[in-house]
Amino acid sequence: MSKRIDVKDLNVYYGSFLAVEGVNINIEAKSVTAFIGPSGCGKSTFLRTLNRMHEVLPGARVEGEVLLDGDNLYGPGVDPVSVRTQVGMVFQRPNPFPTMSIRDNVLAGVKLNNKRISKGAADALVEKSLRGANLWNEVKDRLEKPGSGLSGGQQQRLCIARAIAVEPQVILMDEPCSALDPISTLAVEDLINELKDEYTVVIVTHNMQQAARVSDKTAFFNIAGTGKPGKLIEFADTTTIFNNPSQKATEDYVSGRFG
Amino acid sequence: MTVTAPVARKRSALTKGQLPAFAPYVVLAVALVLGAAILALIGFNAFGWGLVSAILFAIGLVGWSAAVEGGRKASDKLATCLIVGSFLVALLPLISVIWTVLVNGIPGIITPGFLTTSMNGVTGSLDNKSVDEGTKVLGGIYHALLGTVQITLLATVISVPVGLLTAIYLVEYGNDRALARAITFFVDVMTGIPSIVAGLFSAAFFFAVVGPGTKTGAVAAVALSVLMIPVVVRSSEEMLKIVPNELREAAYALGVRKWRTILKVVIPTAISGIASGVTLAIARVIGETAPILVTAGFATTINNNVFGGWMASLPTFIYTQILNPTSPSNPDPSSQRAWGAALVLIILVMLLNLGARLIARIFAPKAGR
Repeated sequence: MSKRIDVKDLNVYYGSFLAVEGVNINIEAKSVTAFIGPSGCGKSTFLRTLNRMHEVLPGARVEGEVLLDGDNLYGPGVDPVSVRTQVGMVFQRPNPFPTMSIRDNVLAGVKLNNKRISKGAADALVEKSLRGANLWNEVKDRLEKPGSGLSGGQQQRLCIARAIAVEPQVILMDEPCSALDPISTLAVEDLINELKDEYTVVIVTHNMQQAARVSDKTAFFNIAGTGKPGKLIEFADTTTIFNNPSQKATEDYVSGRFG
Repeated sequence: MTVTAPVARKRSALTKGQLPAFAPYVVLAVALVLGAAILALIGFNAFGWGLVSAILFAIGLVGWSAAVEGGRKASDKLATCLIVGSFLVALLPLISVIWTVLVNGIPGIITPGFLTTSMNGVTGSLDNKSVDEGTKVLGGIYHALLGTVQITLLATVISVPVGLLTAIYLVEYGNDRALARAITFFVDVMTGIPSIVAGLFSAAFFFAVVGPGTKTGAVAAVALSVLMIPVVVRSSEEMLKIVPNELREAAYALGVRKWRTILKVVIPTAISGIASGVTLAIARVIGETAPILVTAGFATTINNNVFGGWMASLPTFIYTQILNPTSPSNPDPSSQRAWGAALVLIILVMLLNLGARLIARIFAPKAGR
């Protein structure tokens, strides 16, 4: 249940503004890939092109190819909705649906699409997803309570459970721990380590220690200056990026000399 | 270092230079007495007494505070006096209206049969008789109440789908396109349409389509819809706008289609605001008089068919009872009925407002633990 992603010469635009330029990257299946780089360098923007969430914003568009196991996401006639069922996403701020209970939040991907599901199958899916998100023990007695009553870290793990309940091939995480305290962050990081057994995980983070802890490969993005497009500077094994980067800019960034 | 025990003092050094807690009451009492004395010189009346006392109170309290507490506290007290004063001024007409309607309306609505009979067969001679012999006033507002409920209900049924769908288009699909901007502009214009113009539009429309002289409850409902739709669009639009974009993106990221996201995520999240907005829009049009006069006429009998025949409503009932009393020589029974109808109308509006709060509370996303 995981697919690889290959990106070829991708340019990402907001209207006429070129935000990210010329990205080529190959993301292995069942691996954790971290995107690091200074603010505004286009990491999140690029991440959102991997499940066609970028085009939700008015005027946003993309040139180039993103191949999911060889199939171009941006090919003619591709339905962005079917792309998103295969490539799930967890956002920076926990965003459980406020009108739904914890259980309904986990089942949101199924219920909102009006798929029929028996109660037994639904219960099994809820338990499997919540266990997968390391949240089951904390919420199993209050599944009918609103999801918004959980703590921030629990809400974020609920959002991860919601994402894995639709059984995607790839999970994208956009700074999933930036709004969480260290203990919740640890819980989410442990979870990411478990998730890579089944899913391809791509994570954007501002925290370099986190990238070093959780990822197999790391991509460093940088921007030449305000108004210039962001670029992929270096993509290699995480140990290489942090210990022996080939680019001067990467070394400056990971050693804290700039950014 | 030796620990010095705090010196026992009558007043804390931190509360020095403050007016005692009873200061406002003292100033108020003095202001009331002085105000009464001044008014006694030029002829006493309650309104003048209140006004003069209020001014004296403000001057006295602010002056005392300035002398004891200094400029900052004094300006704080001045601001408090001005704010409380404005609040009382704003409250005055409201209390006055409710009081007047209660005093004049209660004899009307406690008359047996007031809520359950129509004006069918109630003539001037019956009114004259009730005045001469002191018997109870015959006739009631049942037909008007029924008409108001039916017309308003039909108007709501027309306005809510149109208004809500327009708001959904503006927020979810408009993207600031020329069409969306034009709709926003015309909705703003519609908000300012005088109600009589809406009535004339509806009457003219039905005269042209159905036939001259078409006056039914439905024509009135259309006229009210013209007034209601912009209110519904505006309030629903605001409610849909404050639904966080993150929720839409969360749904999209789960592979949910846009229309389903709107139907299952956006609208349920905003439903409490939308529902109370609709209720307030109903409250806004339920008291409209002019558009109903030109579209539904005024009936004195019960009409259960919104699509045929003239129909009474509470506002037009009040209007005709006051302007053309049933017995021109004895207008008192008619005005009693009119005040009773006014009280019923105010109670209806109040219930609608309470209903709006209740709806908002019931539908609001729960944040329990």
